[in-house]
Amino acid sequence: MLQVSLYRYNPETDDAPFMQDFSVETDGKDLMVLDVLELIKAEHDGSVTYRRSCREGVCGSDGLNMNGKNGLACITPLSETVKGDKLVIRPLPGLPVIRDLVVDMSLFYAQYEKVQPYLQNPTPAPAIERLQTPEERAQLDGLYECILCACCSTSCPSFWWNPDRFVGPAGLLQAYRFLADSRDTATEDRLSKLDDPFSVFRCHGIQNCVNVCPKGLNPTKAIGHIRTMLLNRAT
Amino acid sequence: MRTISFDGVIVGGGGAGMRAALQLAQSGYKTAVISKVFPTRSHTVSAQGGITCAIASADPQDDWRWHMYDTVKGSDYIGDQDAIEYMCSVGPEAIFELEHMGLPFSRTEEGRIYQRPFGGQSKNYGEGGQAARTCAAADRTGHALLHTLYQNNIKNETVFFNEWFAVDLVKNQDGAVVGVIAICIETGETVYVKSKATVFATGGAGRIYASTTNAHINTGDGMGMALRAGVPAQDMEMWQFHPTGIYGAGTLVTEGCRGEGGYLINKDGERFMERYAPNAKDLAGRDVVARSMVLEILEGRGCGPNGDHVKLKLDHLGEEVLESRLPGICELSRTFAHVDPVKEPIPVVPTCHYMMGGIPTNVHGQALTVDADGNDAVIPGLYACGEVACVSVHGANRLGGNSLLDLVVFGRASGLFIEKSLREGIELRDASQTDIEAAGERLNALNERESGEQVAPLRRELQEIMQNHFGVFRTGEFMREGIAKLADLRGRVENVALADRSSAFNTSRIECLELQNLFETAEATAIVAEARDESRGAHAREDFTERDDENWLCHSLYHSENKKVSKRGVNFTPNTVETFQPKARSY
Repeated sequence: MLQVSLYRYNPETDDAPFMQDFSVETDGKDLMVLDVLELIKAEHDGSVTYRRSCREGVCGSDGLNMNGKNGLACITPLSETVKGDKLVIRPLPGLPVIRDLVVDMSLFYAQYEKVQPYLQNPTPAPAIERLQTPEERAQLDGLYECILCACCSTSCPSFWWNPDRFVGPAGLLQAYRFLADSRDTATEDRLSKLDDPFSVFRCHGIQNCVNVCPKGLNPTKAIGHIRTMLLNRAT
Repeated sequence: MRTISFDGVIVGGGGAGMRAALQLAQSGYKTAVISKVFPTRSHTVSAQGGITCAIASADPQDDWRWHMYDTVKGSDYIGDQDAIEYMCSVGPEAIFELEHMGLPFSRTEEGRIYQRPFGGQSKNYGEGGQAARTCAAADRTGHALLHTLYQNNIKNETVFFNEWFAVDLVKNQDGAVVGVIAICIETGETVYVKSKATVFATGGAGRIYASTTNAHINTGDGMGMALRAGVPAQDMEMWQFHPTGIYGAGTLVTEGCRGEGGYLINKDGERFMERYAPNAKDLAGRDVVARSMVLEILEGRGCGPNGDHVKLKLDHLGEEVLESRLPGICELSRTFAHVDPVKEPIPVVPTCHYMMGGIPTNVHGQALTVDADGNDAVIPGLYACGEVACVSVHGANRLGGNSLLDLVVFGRASGLFIEKSLREGIELRDASQTDIEAAGERLNALNERESGEQVAPLRRELQEIMQNHFGVFRTGEFMREGIAKLADLRGRVENVALADRSSAFNTSRIECLELQNLFETAEATAIVAEARDESRGAHAREDFTERDDENWLCHSLYHSENKKVSKRGVNFTPNTVETFQPKARSY
């Protein structure tokens, strides 16, 4: 029997959030945390609220805090997160809670949009694709795979403090994804928009983002590259 | 109820919806996307292997007509040849546009887009051997495509209603579609979203089956809304079972694995596809491979203690190829099969993957019905593109890599056509208060119901019926049993009860509405599958094992108002090439 402690909050009925306990029969199977949530919703309490979609770790819907660590519920097996028989599930930290495990991601998305996450190249496009060597394309590996689950940014103390001014690891990873793209010509404009004390330089290299990224990406490294580009530009 | 007005409203934020939205937003018309999830959470994100198109990178001689031939053959000859011609010939332009938007395709040494072999592909109209025509971004092509489209919609300032759920169509007194009723999931507010053009890009409904590669959200919402509004559904018996879903979990393993040189083995380690498809082997059509796998299992050559699956062997490709070309597969296999494909084969089983059928449309995305004389008639105001549409480019069996092409090409085509129509002026009469209230009836009934069964067990029951009675192999008697079970289930699904009455982010309410959409889709599937007494493409009857061109070289049309099935002609008149005549289909 798995003891699950779930963060509950319904803005219509609850003055404050509380933790609710459920005993879940897992039949000894090493279920994913999402399976456990589905069991609770189907068999214990249909009002338990969370997001989910692909259930295979590519859509980024079910970023949650499980026994203190951010991750995707659908690809986190119980064996990886449960100590003893206890599983504590909370919403991603640092963002306003809408209900139960569902957070308001507006600030997170706003930071993503701020970095102009789209290719910019005003030169007329050729009749076929723009050419790019395999080596140039390899520069995008480890960057383009981001699924916008927010596990990284919501584990970052700098983002907790300044979610409106520090772009955060997810946004900066995408900023560098376009800075690193041989087809993009807006480098100078992109850097000038990031060149202030907050957007990039609030990263203190804590690396929580690296520890929690479910896709194994390294935002800290990307931020380091942006930092270097900004410093080189200044000199 | 508040009314919000747009020139064009797109329901669904996956690849098709966002491509259509992008086209309309660029034209300056007031465009909105209603998506029940944040757009990059849509199921397009799970597409892996690529997007098939004759861009002549891997083979400079490649020709879209060869791609057309493969697609017509793959469809078992009930794909519409004018639509397939349009898709294959416009495809390259649509792909290059995506690249110009920033899609991070993998590359060849020449710097062009990398293309890999996929099933059912040939050169020179089947005479020139295996082609490599599927454009790929590693094995994350859907993710790369979906994010690129979202990014470009941000750039073009498309209005998004994210985490809004479309409930039902609003029709005016003339029967024209003039928008939808939608709920804001976060607040529970219900509004009438009024529009001159309503585009369904709601994706598939793989969740009608117990075992599926599809996301939880693939609940046939567009099919449900259409069928309730009296729109016919075409070719609903045609469901693709993907050969390689991970055994037990259902998650997809791309056909690109076999394109890169992987192959299937039975318990004896035999590469059994050599027996079933001596030429194409593991790259035969998906329907052919899936049936061969089931036969291996039924004949006692399955793997595992229960002999209920086969295995996909990849280890001979080497770690370097696997990690560079199929990194996502390595990840999924380790997570869901507890198997490292670098060392061991992956346990796989045919798994429900794709709905070839859907809302019948023309190449402009206009939804079609039939008039009293049996002729095609456009339904004013309603459009469909992507998986929910049946244009029909896939016929009885879709080729791998053709779904991403379908959604990009026809999302774009719908946008282009609506833009032109808006410029010429679209005059639809306003919906009356009664019309709007009629569209809100289902939601009101759900909200007011005091008793009924819970959603999860009902959904499970529906999925088990479909899995057991309408799977890879089908027989009339067993399907009729399934139809009777569905008839019993209908009333219970209509009376499903809310487990939660809150207006704040009420996912219980959404799941109930989705269940009703699943049911409509499932029932259409069941009734048409029983009616088509032949075997064609993905529809394999044990009691009618042969293809019957005399009676069934046609689309099926399902009419929800009387649950009757009629036939609709297939288009055999492409504009620029000779007709591809039906012939025996072998690989």
